[in-house]
Parts: sequence; structure tokens; C-alpha cells
Amino acid sequence: MTLLFYIFLLTGVSAAANAAVDYTHDVQPILQKRCYGCHGPALQMGGLRLDRQDAVMRVVKAGDSTGSKLHAMITGSGKLRMPPTGPPLPSNEVATLKEWIDSGANWPTRGTTAALPWSFAPVRHPAEPVINDSWKRNAIDSFILARLQSKTIRPSREAEHRTLLRRVYMDLIGLPPTPEQVDSFIADMRPDAYERVVDELLASPHYGEKWARHWLDLARYADSEGGVQDYARPFAWRYREWVINAFNQDMPFNRFTVEQIAGDLLPKANVSQKIATGFHRNTITSREGGVDLDRIRFEQLVDRTSTIGAVWLGLTVGCSQCHDHKFDPIAQKDFYSLMAFFENVAELDLEAPLPGEWGIYRQYAKDFRLQRDKLLSDYKIADALASWENGLRDALANPGKRPNWDVSYDSYSKSVDHGRRILLKRPSERSDREQDGLVDHFVKSSSGGIGKEKYEALKLKELGEKLKALEDKYPRLSTAMTVAEESERSPTHVRIRGVWSEKGDAVLPGTPGSLPPLKDGTDRLALAKWLVSRDNPLTARVTVNRLWQELFGRGLVRTTEDFGAQGEKPTYPELLDWLASEFVERGWSMKRVVRLIVTSATYRQASDSRPDLNTIDPANTLLARQSRFRLPAELIRDSALQVSGLLNDSIGGPSVKPPQPEGVAELQYKMNWEETKDRTKYRRGLYIFVQRTALYPLLMNFDAPDRTVSCARRDISNTPLQALNLMNDPIFVEAAQSLAWRILQEAPANRIDYAFQLCFARLPSARERDLILSYQDHGQSQEAKWFGLSRALLNSDEFLTRE
Amino acid sequence: MEPIQLARTLRRRDFISSAAGGVGMAALANLLAEEGRTAEAPIINPFEPKKPHFAPAAKNIIFLYMEGAPSQIDLCDPKPELMKWHGQPLPPSMTKDLKFAFIKPNAKVLGCNRPFAKHGQSGAEFSDWLDAWKPIADDLCVVRSMHTDAVNHQPADMILFTGHMLPGRPTLGSWILYGLGSESRNLPGFIVLSTGKNNMSQSAQWSSGFLPSNHQGVLFRRTGDPVLYVSNPEGVSREDQRRDFELVAALNRERFGKTGDMEIASRISSYEMAFRMQMSTPELLDVAKEPAGMRTLYGLEEETTRAFGTNCLLARRMIERGVRVVMVTHSSWDQHTDLQKDLKKNCDITAGPIAALIQDLKQRGMLDSTLVVWGGEFGRTPLGDFRNGEEATAGRDHHASCFTMWLAGGGIKSGITIGKTDDLGMKVIEDPVHVNDLQATILHCLGFDHTRLTYRHMGRDFRLTDVQGEVIRKMIV
Repeated sequence: MTLLFYIFLLTGVSAAANAAVDYTHDVQPILQKRCYGCHGPALQMGGLRLDRQDAVMRVVKAGDSTGSKLHAMITGSGKLRMPPTGPPLPSNEVATLKEWIDSGANWPTRGTTAALPWSFAPVRHPAEPVINDSWKRNAIDSFILARLQSKTIRPSREAEHRTLLRRVYMDLIGLPPTPEQVDSFIADMRPDAYERVVDELLASPHYGEKWARHWLDLARYADSEGGVQDYARPFAWRYREWVINAFNQDMPFNRFTVEQIAGDLLPKANVSQKIATGFHRNTITSREGGVDLDRIRFEQLVDRTSTIGAVWLGLTVGCSQCHDHKFDPIAQKDFYSLMAFFENVAELDLEAPLPGEWGIYRQYAKDFRLQRDKLLSDYKIADALASWENGLRDALANPGKRPNWDVSYDSYSKSVDHGRRILLKRPSERSDREQDGLVDHFVKSSSGGIGKEKYEALKLKELGEKLKALEDKYPRLSTAMTVAEESERSPTHVRIRGVWSEKGDAVLPGTPGSLPPLKDGTDRLALAKWLVSRDNPLTARVTVNRLWQELFGRGLVRTTEDFGAQGEKPTYPELLDWLASEFVERGWSMKRVVRLIVTSATYRQASDSRPDLNTIDPANTLLARQSRFRLPAELIRDSALQVSGLLNDSIGGPSVKPPQPEGVAELQYKMNWEETKDRTKYRRGLYIFVQRTALYPLLMNFDAPDRTVSCARRDISNTPLQALNLMNDPIFVEAAQSLAWRILQEAPANRIDYAFQLCFARLPSARERDLILSYQDHGQSQEAKWFGLSRALLNSDEFLTRE
Repeated sequence: MEPIQLARTLRRRDFISSAAGGVGMAALANLLAEEGRTAEAPIINPFEPKKPHFAPAAKNIIFLYMEGAPSQIDLCDPKPELMKWHGQPLPPSMTKDLKFAFIKPNAKVLGCNRPFAKHGQSGAEFSDWLDAWKPIADDLCVVRSMHTDAVNHQPADMILFTGHMLPGRPTLGSWILYGLGSESRNLPGFIVLSTGKNNMSQSAQWSSGFLPSNHQGVLFRRTGDPVLYVSNPEGVSREDQRRDFELVAALNRERFGKTGDMEIASRISSYEMAFRMQMSTPELLDVAKEPAGMRTLYGLEEETTRAFGTNCLLARRMIERGVRVVMVTHSSWDQHTDLQKDLKKNCDITAGPIAALIQDLKQRGMLDSTLVVWGGEFGRTPLGDFRNGEEATAGRDHHASCFTMWLAGGGIKSGITIGKTDDLGMKVIEDPVHVNDLQATILHCLGFDHTRLTYRHMGRDFRLTDVQGEVIRKMIV
């Protein structure tokens, strides 16, 4: 009843204020389960449709169930009995529908005919329930305890200090505490010792690394482009760097949003703001021969649109690519109106030199140009190049005339970005970069067009090697993948059934009609501002819910990615709204929300399972305890490297390729996994090169997404391949060896204790100690004993779990 | 409510007595002995075999995936009429709506004058490059009327295996594992074996998409460890390994006793299976122990057929050991050029071992419960790809509107050919079978109504056949 009341408040239905039956919560689920199959979004037998208000009202007379056809049908009192076959509706459902009709048939609308999901109602700032209980530490606890008390459930005791410390380290910086850090926390008797640790961790530069990972899943960040060839994107990391910095600086979420979606459109946009738009460049692409480039571009626009919907609105707007959304108020037209914001996005690889690069580049640029021009003229390619270009232009104008040139053009247009446009410019109009790209492709791949003989006669292969060597010799400028706006606006069309080539009506940029209207402008910047405007009920809720998920293993809305009608409802709707409004009102600070959550008594509870809760709340939705969950892939690696003393904890920079087994790279079409040497191979998991089609095995085995599309919630699986990975992967074997060595070096006595302190931030129990002693009592060498133990500790559930 | 029943618990003793014997059992017995003094964690088997919607004909599947797209015109759908047009373009009226990947509708026709013969009582028709299929002709249901939506490799791979052209959804094998669970407690339920060049979609062909990641196919590799990390680290003996696994289990049982978290029980079970996998994989892969006749039948004694033949033989051994889905891929079929040479070579590599597999399964009585599927992601054009200029090195482009596949075994009507294409091999003219129909039919053979095998993701119930697919009654018993 309480829950019902909350939801009732939330949906903001003003009519029939005494109604106990709510459409969204009580009625819609019945109609969906019993009736939609024949009278829903997909099928309307007999012309009857029960998911839209106007249609429903044809069979419902508000306030009068006996006069309502719907009631007659489900009770079988009229001519037609529904459902026509099978058992009738259970009596409680009939009663609910009757009560709903009699109380006025409330329908949570705002001008549309489809029912609005709960999440479309404005965010409120509910008053904190009045709770007098010493357990409570902040407002979050009042909301939790009010509910628990109403159910006569006691919250769990506070977690042991060591457990709590390891938890908050894992949650805030993604690394376990060292034994010294544990000791100093235990010894700190000040009442705010815990809050002090929290503040230290929030200020740590590792905080940004931990939280960037979660955002990079959403942003479908990768170091390769997907598709058949899956070529590397050597400067994708510039965007990752931006994300890490933004989290560390606690960039307000509204600014964080605007810079990523439309940083390039800000007045006097700086390089950093442009790099932020790399968000849009994380889409996959395809360079497969014979693929239509317009189709690829369309798919990228679809992805950009769906991603905005998923990340900020928590809605599956992608469903509306092909048809009106079946459950949420997003029409097909809405999808294409949203897509129209991106229609004029041009991909731009921006020169964005790293500190120190510019000066030295300038110094040598002229010399490089001279050398390059000389090489090209030495090899006398001018005539062949001109006729090759003519051949390509001819193929473009007259497809089918000469099959070999068709293939050459296809390959050129896939390999050289903006190739068509460059080819149609006169050489004198091309920038150096454009001309170089075209010439490099000619040198590498023109044999199909100009013919093998000519290609060999000109020694183009040799020239290619020399050009490469020259380029390697001279300093280069780092670039960043960004977007810019084309000056000319092309129209966006609805695509019939979502098929890229079948254009329907033209649409203008616009936001979904069921949400508050767009203000001031119709470009990406306007969209970004709209997403973080106060009127938008979704962004703040969706965002704080994801922060909650990171700290409890599940969101207050479990389906972090779906706040629509098919998603789950919030378990604590008032708390969610309270957090969302605090978030907005206090300047969109993510660190502030995180701090609020981790300093609550709710967060600080023990996570042990409780027999009394197993039956009434097995999924821990009431939060009468914390949760225990396996660490994500990257943090498993980080923890093992940290406790073994191998971790290289430097922050930022390009991605690394740690050693991986023979055969992983071979899987990928033409992949070259140049192993990272020296200590950089021990960098954190966040920096592992994300090769989309051949993911690093640890990432693959431990549920990291392949970053094809946005991911708001990772699976947490538990598989034998994970066990093989941790037992036998050389990097984990090395970590175990190193940990063993560390134990032997650093702990002259009480070595088992020390091992436990390093790995679990606690001491072993007497039984655990016995168990290990009997394991070690096996006549092996000292090293072998401690290696075996170290290996077992790194594989134990406790090590892989944040408790 | 979870849409999938991920775990069923068993008592440890029941499990040990019912599990297949092997080297790992001694270790497990030790675990058992320790139970008296630690908390007992229940066995969790996420792939406990499950019942499908109705009694199935087949319970396993082997998918012989000929990636790159074999030319049906030169192998199993003869088009003598083409020779009349050989070397000329077709009139524009016949080609105006056609769309290919590389060639244009005005490309010249490439005829085929390979001899075709009818085999067996059924009269299944193959060109001489597939003479090795003579003995299995009556076991097959040849479908000449396949068609698909995509004309490029990657999207066509995706729609064939996931029902949808973009990557990201669960693949056929993952769906089957999700629906049926696995019979094997020592091996993964879905295994992938591969040979050939230019594999286009890589792991996307056996990805679990948004199904839990333990539903993904496990690739048995050709180099290094067959399964990643299945061998002990250097310097770690089998005995060391066993003891370390035991210590992990003991520590985990302690933690289970303290926290009561069922995930720990699940972790203990996963580690036990990992150890059994380490012990049983070498035995599985040891084809040297197969009788000489069997090795010869699969072509293991010949250089040409050895790699692919070994994979076919392994597929049978895996199915015998309870693996649910085996995908055997050979990916060198993209004959844009040098069709005469390379297409023959692919047939030489694969035809014999495939015939051996069908005969072997049949002889062991396993064909009735195993569905075997052969084919590529689309077909090839009757128009030639003359990108190298001369006829001798010509090939064919991708063709989505018709191609040939075949099925055999559990639930499939044997000794028939269904579907017809027009005289030029441009389009299907009888009994069209879309790839979504094929998926629906495959699932039917395994006991599923394809519209009811669904998984809720991002607010929608997804299924293998996306929004289409019909069971092709003509193909099933």
C-alpha cells in the first residue's frame, strides 16, 4: 500500500485524489498481461485497442463500471466474453478494473493519448520522512528506515571496519587499501575517521579512473572501429583522458553533458571541449568492401540517437527506428526528429598537440614536406597518379564500365575518410593532409587500377616503405577524434520500417512530444541544454540511479537502461526523486551525490545474507543490507597487480596492449597486437586497448561489453573460463609469484596474517589458518608453498568480490 | 522474475555419483571428505539440461559454416542456361533492380560448364567437385531456395546467426544453450572450431550478445592452448594444480559459511568445472587414439583434409561427450577471383570430411538426435566478377536473393531437394526459405516454438528470428 501511494504521488495524477487504484501501477499491468496480445500495440482485433486512452474510453465509462463495455466483457455479463478462450480473468483483477473505472478511470496523461511512464512526471523534492533513530546518518537513511520500519525489518549492523574500508576503496578508487592504510584507519578514533577517508578517496586521482570506466561503457568507448577490418583508432584515448579528468575535477554533470554532446558549438570552444565530442566518434563503422557508405552513415546516426536516449533519458528510443514505440510515448517521428540533431555532424580529426609537440613539429614541418615532395618526384608518380585519379572519377561517374576500377574506387572510398569529396577537389584545393591521404592510398593500393605491371615498374611498394620510414622519422602531431557541424543543413527523413534507403516524410530537429519542449534553438547545443534543463524529468533520475548502482550493485530502478513502461519501477521512488532534486539543486555535482551515499548508514551496512530476509527480499530491493558483488574485469586485474606490488599506477595516456595468448589476435581479420613492453604492461585495466572484435581475454571472460553499443549495466557471470583465466593466465601467475615474494620479503613472521591483510584487509580466522597450514605442510620448497597460497588467495571469491 | 532459470541446485553426493568418471574425480572425492568440517555449498549448474517446448527430434546441432559463401551455381544448383549468355551482359530489362556488392547490373554473365550428376535414390544433384558426397546424398534435405537480406559479409553473417543484421545480439548457438542447457559437465556447451582464411565477423558469430556471457561459444584454437588458459602454467605440475584448486575451494567454503552468499556456491562449482575441463580436454582432443579406419575416413592421413577433417572428427567426439552445439567453420569461400582454382580447393578440403561426419554419425546412431546444417551466408551471382580482366581468373560476386544450403539428421526429411530458382539463378521461384525461416525450422527440430524462445533485454522480448520466420514444414519429418 505504501509503495502504491508513492507511485501515485509520483505520477502526479490530480483527479480522483482518493483513488486507491492507479492506472500505471495496477491497471496497465493487467491489460498488458491479459489483453494486449490481441488488443495492444501490435494487433487490434475487432478494432479494439487498450493501450491508448482515447481507444480505451470507447469501452469504458468513467465512474460507471456497470455501464462500461469493458466490464461487461471481462465479467461475461454482456454478449461478448473476453478473453474468448481460456479461463476468465481472476476475480481480484476484475475487482481492480472495476474499482478503477468506478473511481474515475484515471489516466496519467499530459496532452498525449498514450499513458506516460512514471518517469515522465516532474521530479519532486519529497520531504524527508521524520525518523528518530540513532541508526540514521543522513537523509537517505530516513527514506530507507521509514520503509523498513513499516515492514518491521531491522537494517543490518554496520559492516566491520575492515570490510567497510575495503568496500569504499573499491567503490571510490577501484583499488584495495594497503595494510598501512587499514591500520591507520583502525587506529583513528576520531568520530569522523570514515568521512575523512571518504574525502581523501574522492580527492584521489584514481577516483577519476574508477568512475571513468562506468562512463566509458555508456559511451561505447573503444580503441578500434569495429567492422571487418576493425582498424585501430590510435587517438581514441584522448576522449578517455577527458572523461578521467572530468570526473577528477568533478565537472558538474550539466557541463559534462553539454561538452560531450555539443562542445564544438560552445562559444569560443577550446580544444578540451572539442575533444569531449569524441563521444559521438565512438560509434562503430565498417570498411567492408562493397558496403554502401550511406548505409554506414545512417547506422551511425541511429546509434548516436539511440545512445543519447539510453544514456540521458534512460529510454529505449532505438525501438522507434522502425515503428512507434510499443510501450513508451516515443513515436517513430520522434526518433527521426531526435536524429535530425545529428544529421549535419561531420567527423573531424582535429590536430590537438600534446604538451611539447607543437614546437618541435613546427620546427621540422617544412623539412618534412620538402623530403616528401622530393621522394614523390624521384619516383615520378605524377602521371600515373593523375590517370589513377581519373580512373576513380570515371568509376564514380560510370559504375559498371570497368569492373577493376569499380573495385578500386570502392576500396579507396572505404579507406580514405571523406574520400569522395577529396577526389572531386582539384589537387590545389586539397589540404596537405587530404592530398597525403589520397597519395598514400595510391602508393599502397593502386595496382588493381593501374595494373600490376605499371605498379611494379614505378616501384610503388618500395616508395610506400620509404614514405612510411620518412613519416616515422619526423615528429608528428597528435590528433583527436571530434565532430563539427556542416554549414549546409541536409534534411532528415523518417525511414519507412527503419530501412535506410526508404525515405518517408522530412522532419526537423525536435525532442519527443511527450517530454517538455525544446527551448532556444534547434542545434545540438540546444539538445544538450534541454537534456540537462530543470524541466527534463529523466536525466537527473537516470544519472543518480546509475551512481547508486555503482555503490550497491543495483539501481533503485533495477533496469538502469530502461525508465520506460517496460523497465522496472523504482523500489524507493521518493528517495530517487529526493536524490535527483538534490543533485540538480546543488549544482549537478556527482562527487557530492557519491559522498552522500557512501556516508549513509544504508551504505555502511554489512552485506552478509540474512536468513530472515532470504524469503521476503531475496534480491535485496529493500536494502536492509549491503550487497556483495563480483568486481568488474578491470578491477580484478588492478587488485591483483596492486597487492602483488606490480601495479604501475600512472594516470592517463595512450592505451596499452599487455601480453595475451597466441591466437587471440589471429582471430581478428588483420590485427597486429604489438605487445606493450616494460612496466607499462602493468597499467590498470582501464587502459587496456579495447579491440572490439577480439577483446582482451580477461575483459571478455569477466563480462566487459565489447563496446558495440552503449551499456548501462554489466552482467555479472560466474563461469569456468573465469577460473581458468585467473588460475593459468601468465599475468595472474606472475602476480602470485610476486605476491609470494613480497610476503617472504616483507613479513619475517606471521606471514599468513600478512598475506590476508594484503589481499582481504583482514586477518585469517583460526580455521583458515589451520587450513593453510595443512596445505603448506607438504614438503615443498618455501617459494612453492607461498606461491601456491598466493595463487589461491588471488583466486578466492573474497578477493574477487566487493563485500 | 528472471526470464531464465539460471541455476538449479543439487546435492554434492548426487552429483559426484552421476558425473562421468575421469581424472578429476579423485580431487572431488577429497573435496567431499572435507565436507564434514566445513559448510556444505550446494552444487550450482547453470546449464542444467532443460526441457524445450515440445518433444524434440534433435538434441544437438553441428553447424558446418562455409563462410564467404560457396557458389551454388558451380556446386549444387546447375544452370545450363547460363552458358548461352556466357561472356555477355544480360538485357537491362532483366537486371534493372539488382544490387550487388561490387559488380554492377551490366556485368557479363559467367557460365558454368562443370559436369553435374544425380546421386543416390533421391537424385540429389552435385557438380563433380562434390563427388565425395555421393554416399550421403540420400541423407540430405537440400534447400535451393534460401535467400537473405544482406549483400555484404558481416551483416549477412549477423542475420544468419542472430536474425538481425547489426552485431550485438545472441547467436544461434547461444540461444540453443539458453533453451536447452548442456549435457556436459566437463566441457563447454557450445564449441567453435575453425579453419580457412578471412574470417569476417570473428567472435560475433558465437557471441552471447545480451544473454549472460556464459552462453557464448568457446573457440578451440589452432595454435597455443586449444582453450585459453586450459593448460597449467609453466612449472606447475598436475598435482600442484589439484592442490591449489582444492585450497581455493576450501577458502571459498569458509567464506560461504560466513556470508551465506549463493554466488560463492556458484563460484565453487565453476572452479570444479574448470578443473574438470583441464583434465578432460586433452583426452577429447587426442584423436590419435581413433581407429585407423576412422582416421582415414575423415581424411586425417592426407595433408589437404587433415585440419578440417580433424575438426569434423572432433565435432563428433564433442557431441558424444554431451556438447550441445558445435560450429565447424571453414572460411575461404569468397571467390571474387580465381573461382576455378579456389572453389575446387575448398571442395577438396571439406567435401570428404563432411561426408565422413554424416556417415559416422549415422553408423553410431547419432544422426537421429543430431541436426547437421551446411551452408554459407549468401550465394554467388550468375554474373561474373571480372576485376582481374580475364575470364580464367574470374569469380562471382555476393548474391543475396538465392543460394543453397542443406540440412540432415534429427527431425529433417532426408533425401529431398526443395525449392527452385529461375533458369539464370537470379531469384527463387518456388518455396522461398528466408534465413529467419531456417532459424525457425532449426529451433523446431530442437523442440522450440521460435516465437516463444525469448529473452527480455532493454525493455523488449528478443528472439532469434527477430520479427519474422516460419517453420518450413516441407523440410521436417
